[in-house]
Amino acid sequence: MTLIDLANPTRFLALTARLLPWLAAATIILLAIGLYQSANAPDDYQQGATVKIMFIHVPNAWLSMFVWGVMSIASLGTLVWRHPLADVAAKAAAPIGASFTFLALLTGSLWGRPMWGAYWEWDARLTSVLILFLMYLGLMALWRAVDDPSRAARAAAVLTLVGAINLPIIKFSVDWWNTLHQPASVMRMGGATLDKSFLIPLLVMAIAFTLLFVTLHLAAMRNEILRRRVRSLQMMQASQVAFSSEVGTGSREENATKEVGAA
Amino acid sequence: MTMSLGPYASFIVTSYAAAALVVVILIGWIVLDYRNQTQRLREFDRSGVTRRSGRSATDRS
Repeated sequence: MTLIDLANPTRFLALTARLLPWLAAATIILLAIGLYQSANAPDDYQQGATVKIMFIHVPNAWLSMFVWGVMSIASLGTLVWRHPLADVAAKAAAPIGASFTFLALLTGSLWGRPMWGAYWEWDARLTSVLILFLMYLGLMALWRAVDDPSRAARAAAVLTLVGAINLPIIKFSVDWWNTLHQPASVMRMGGATLDKSFLIPLLVMAIAFTLLFVTLHLAAMRNEILRRRVRSLQMMQASQVAFSSEVGTGSREENATKEVGAA
Repeated sequence: MTMSLGPYASFIVTSYAAAALVVVILIGWIVLDYRNQTQRLREFDRSGVTRRSGRSATDRS
């Protein structure tokens, strides 16, 4: 099956129905393994048990950027290739990405209070992620504000691509500016600086959360296709009602003319 | 086996609880939305409104 085949929403729905149970099962299994490993990971020599917050903070922080990346590719699909499912994918991903970003901010804040002594600092990393969260909310508001999905899709695609400028800013903010947030310790030149006892649970949780995103995204895309089907049926029904009332009015006027003529 | 979370246990537990809550809300929202859309499609089917292709509203094939 090629990408072109998937352009057909009906085929996409059939594929989703087959994939979703497997993806959900894989997500549950990996999350269970990840949570077990996180619970059994040793305490850090500086952070103590607070290091366990990292096992959910880091996957959510990665996904907050990954989801915007997915939406950016989908936006290119909308603007350049006009792929029928591109804007469906972008719209469905936004609330999920916003949720992951919210969790990244919240868990980061809950880690920061005991480690930094503050829930929040206006440093470059935290501020740029907060901006990302606000952009997610703005995008969701834009989708809701415009009735016609195809018009909303083009505006949202432009906004998403402009917002993608924030992704390298978030990634390199810890290198470009002097921040309280620590620099990259996993995705960096020269390899990860984490010990395996922390790195393995972190990677398992990251894969589990990524699978969770894929599962939820496919399910949300399926819902969006069904919502558009409902919308088109509503419009068809409305046009049928309008047509029949026009015909009804027309025949009543015809009858009235006949009656006047007869009189 | 008991797990010792040290003096900052409340921060750790709150983080995991918040993550669980948000994920459950997301799943619940998606499941309810699916039920809502399929319910509306079934209503169209019952009232005889069909898609332009002539397929029934609930037909996924």
